[in-house]
Amino acid sequence: MAVIRLALIGFLTLLMAGTLQAGAIEVREFDDPVMEQRYRSLTASLRCPTCENQAINDSDAPVSRDMRNHVYMMLMDGRADMEIRDFMVERFGNYVLYNPRLEGRTFLLWGLPAGLVLAGGVLVALVVRARRNASARELSAEERARLEALINRGRTE
Amino acid sequence: MTRRLILLLPLIGFLVLSLFLYQGLSLNPFHRESALMARDFPEFNLPTLEDPERRVDRSLLQTGELTLVNVWGEWCPECKREMPQLLDLADRGIRMVGVNWKDTREKGLGFLEDFGNPFETNIFDPDNELGFELGVFGAPETFLVDRDGIIRYHHTGYISASDVREHILPEVQKWQ
Repeated sequence: MAVIRLALIGFLTLLMAGTLQAGAIEVREFDDPVMEQRYRSLTASLRCPTCENQAINDSDAPVSRDMRNHVYMMLMDGRADMEIRDFMVERFGNYVLYNPRLEGRTFLLWGLPAGLVLAGGVLVALVVRARRNASARELSAEERARLEALINRGRTE
Repeated sequence: MTRRLILLLPLIGFLVLSLFLYQGLSLNPFHRESALMARDFPEFNLPTLEDPERRVDRSLLQTGELTLVNVWGEWCPECKREMPQLLDLADRGIRMVGVNWKDTREKGLGFLEDFGNPFETNIFDPDNELGFELGVFGAPETFLVDRDGIIRYHHTGYISASDVREHILPEVQKWQ
């Protein structure tokens, strides 16, 4: 009985694997490992326009498949990575770039972390300098007299 | 006292940033401007749905008349729901051109028979050639093309009766 059940589970798992395969992402063979690497990094850095945060290499949406086909054909056509990205942005907008470009609109996005680190550094430097100045400041005549008195009192006791 | 207040600055900065990012969470990522806004309608060369022998190209959108281009498919339920609104727009005298997208000729023609045909012409695009140039990522999508063939407005998804009143008609008026 247990054997039959096990066999049945195995069979169903196989069936499910088969159906999953049918809707899955096509496998592409490359002769050139550099091309393969470029294809991988391009399809990993382009965002599917209709999914919730998926790269086109990870999505079985029809539009992602069409985009992968274009990436592949353009690579085979000898186009540069930059050209391929531009091609996609011209059609689907900046939305498809996982790494937004540095431009007027994204200036804050890229600049803020560096800006905050810089501001923090300046703040620390200012505080340190202010403290150092405060401790090195000359004592006034009155303060010197008090200090003298305190030291002398310590000695006499 | 003012020195103490300065200590609050990071907290205030944090709150402002949080508020800014929090309101971003409620934005619908599908409502984004088309990359083709204010650009020429892309070039294409495709047959019409009605007549396989008749091929059309960009000059179809450069007739000196404002046109609404609607991307649809028989397989798309929301396209069926928005047909009454499209028929209404056509009745108002707005020129409509359809793009039958990722569909078969038979099903596309059946759709027009069942749900009505507001379109002057239907471009037949089974392999997503024009659709890709337009950056279409799901039907229905609608583009407003002005008299010079420049894309002026883009609507993603279903057009409701209130969308017609609040968005489509004002845009048509604006670019007329």
